[in-house]
Amino acid sequence: MKTIDLSSTSVRVLNQSLHGEVQDLEWQVTHPGGKHNLAVGINAAVAVDIEGHAGYYCAGMNQQASVTVHGNVGVGVAENMMSGLVRVKGSASQAAGATAHGGLLVIEGDAGARCGISMKGVDIVVGGNIGHMSCFMGQAGRLVVCGDAGDALGDSLYEVRIYVKGSVQSLGSDCIQKDMRAEHLQELQELLNKAGLDHKAADFKRYGSARQLYNFKVDNASAY
Amino acid sequence: MSEQFPPVLRESATFDRLTIQEIQRAAETGIYDIRGGGTKRRVPHFDDLLLLGASVSRYPLEGYREKCGTDVVLGNRFAKKPIHLKIPVTIAGMSFGALSANAKEALGRGATIAGTSTTTGDGGMTPEERGQSQHLVYQYLPSRYGMNPDDLRKADAIEIVLGQGAKPGGGGMLLGMKVTERVAGMRTLPIGVDQRSACRHPDWTGPDDLAIKIAEIREITDWEKPIYVKIGASRPYYDVKLAVKAGADVIVLDGMQGGTAATQEVFIEHVGIPILPAIPQAVQALQEMGMHRKVQLIVSGGIRNGADVAKAMALGADAVAIGTAALIALGDNHPRLDSELKKIGSAAGFYDDWQNGRDPAGITTQDPALAKCLNPEEAGRRLANYLRVLVLEAQTMARACGKSHLHNLDPEDLVALTVEAAAMARVPLAGTAWVPGQAQY
Repeated sequence: MKTIDLSSTSVRVLNQSLHGEVQDLEWQVTHPGGKHNLAVGINAAVAVDIEGHAGYYCAGMNQQASVTVHGNVGVGVAENMMSGLVRVKGSASQAAGATAHGGLLVIEGDAGARCGISMKGVDIVVGGNIGHMSCFMGQAGRLVVCGDAGDALGDSLYEVRIYVKGSVQSLGSDCIQKDMRAEHLQELQELLNKAGLDHKAADFKRYGSARQLYNFKVDNASAY
Repeated sequence: MSEQFPPVLRESATFDRLTIQEIQRAAETGIYDIRGGGTKRRVPHFDDLLLLGASVSRYPLEGYREKCGTDVVLGNRFAKKPIHLKIPVTIAGMSFGALSANAKEALGRGATIAGTSTTTGDGGMTPEERGQSQHLVYQYLPSRYGMNPDDLRKADAIEIVLGQGAKPGGGGMLLGMKVTERVAGMRTLPIGVDQRSACRHPDWTGPDDLAIKIAEIREITDWEKPIYVKIGASRPYYDVKLAVKAGADVIVLDGMQGGTAATQEVFIEHVGIPILPAIPQAVQALQEMGMHRKVQLIVSGGIRNGADVAKAMALGADAVAIGTAALIALGDNHPRLDSELKKIGSAAGFYDDWQNGRDPAGITTQDPALAKCLNPEEAGRRLANYLRVLVLEAQTMARACGKSHLHNLDPEDLVALTVEAAAMARVPLAGTAWVPGQAQY
């Protein structure tokens, strides 16, 4: 295992070490100290353990790598992730998984506002609660919330499937509760198992787009 | 009424025929009017400025004999690989989706022949565009449609878009007729939706966050690529200062004459400021920070000819960008299309329904049959010709002012024809020493 101590090494050196032809498959990052932009832009099947809290955009644009943060993260963890796995052992600030195209983001604690905003194919599993305006303009992928969801969940949603176990403070424009069919129970249970969270799919409700805002209509003016 | 005084039809200045027609249209449809292009109203512009050619007090350069440089280096503040262009006229960001793949390819071809850069748009980078563009700027937009790190690494520069001149503060839209299978696939959207683009970035808010975002992109690209920040002109003095403080290598400033693929008419005509007053504000901000010429300034919005290029650069810009003019050079609104345009309720010289995908020029469309009407090689050649003319004209003006490089033009080479333009451009009213709004000594 390769160890990089951020109390004596710069973030730039860390990231450049993780780019290009990476020889070591296991990395440990110590003393992260809430620094921003840790382990961003990786495109290799490596495992990175960040031993503490991270700032903004941790594991941003991740491809292939498995990044675990043993602490909390700031804004935009795994933003625009393409593939791989990002796991946050603590909680995440706002815009977790924003615009991400693929891979799996697991937040074992809570996630702040706008979790999964404009998500484009990623799977996000949150062990706790999520904040307001989560999944705003979500395009594709799946968002699983094992706790409660804040206001305006799924506003202006496209094709994301949202599963919430607890309460939903309110639904956003064009987001509705939908039937939980067998295929949904199956994919949800698979996601929960993959995330390593002990919940039963049958305890969740499904939400999705009513698809009424897909094309401009005069009668929808107040919803735009 | 006697025969001596027949009734006179007097049009209201407030409720003129255009206004009446728009009220009637709104009442019938219940939806605002959407169109392409920039503002159509007359606003103070480069036409209101004149260049002062040399005579006794200034020494001109010999046309065709004495060199007048045109090259520009963009992004040498932090990036390991700044862009070096032969000419200071770049192609502005326009999306595949708004434009056909052939049009995007043609822009790349023309820009490359002329030695300049072209820019992607909302919806990502196409292989046609990357393949034909020697210098390609990759836009990083609020929607992040088609954004992926592989394309980020393929780009020569990255432009973080905060706004555009036609609609500062507004998001984008791409109506369903242009959201074809390929466009929808690139944007991860259902086919045929009226696609909305966000007006704010999803994962940052404010200038302090922007600094972290810029740092993230630098980290991902190993500090190699210049990072531009594009601003729609509204409060350029403050916006430029904040963008420079956040770490931008290049500022792109777009005035209200700058085009859009599809925006509400009322937005285009009533939000933002023209490029003329925006440039001096941006230059002032850069000068006060000691960053003028260190952080380069690219300006756009109504650049049409070499005089516009020269005047923009004399006001302090390092380069200009063209969008609408580039489309015209490709073949948009060509007289040979007049009969086809009349069939869809327009005419050559007037066509602005770029949002509806029915462009007979094959430019603002995703209809495969229409798109074939544009030959990317021929269109690219026309664009290259036009770019060369812009530069030749600008050089002619600069030599007449005694300047051996376009960058040597400065505000002392300019006067204004109107009080408004003098105040906005901060140059004297022609024939006077009066700069309205400036202290007199």
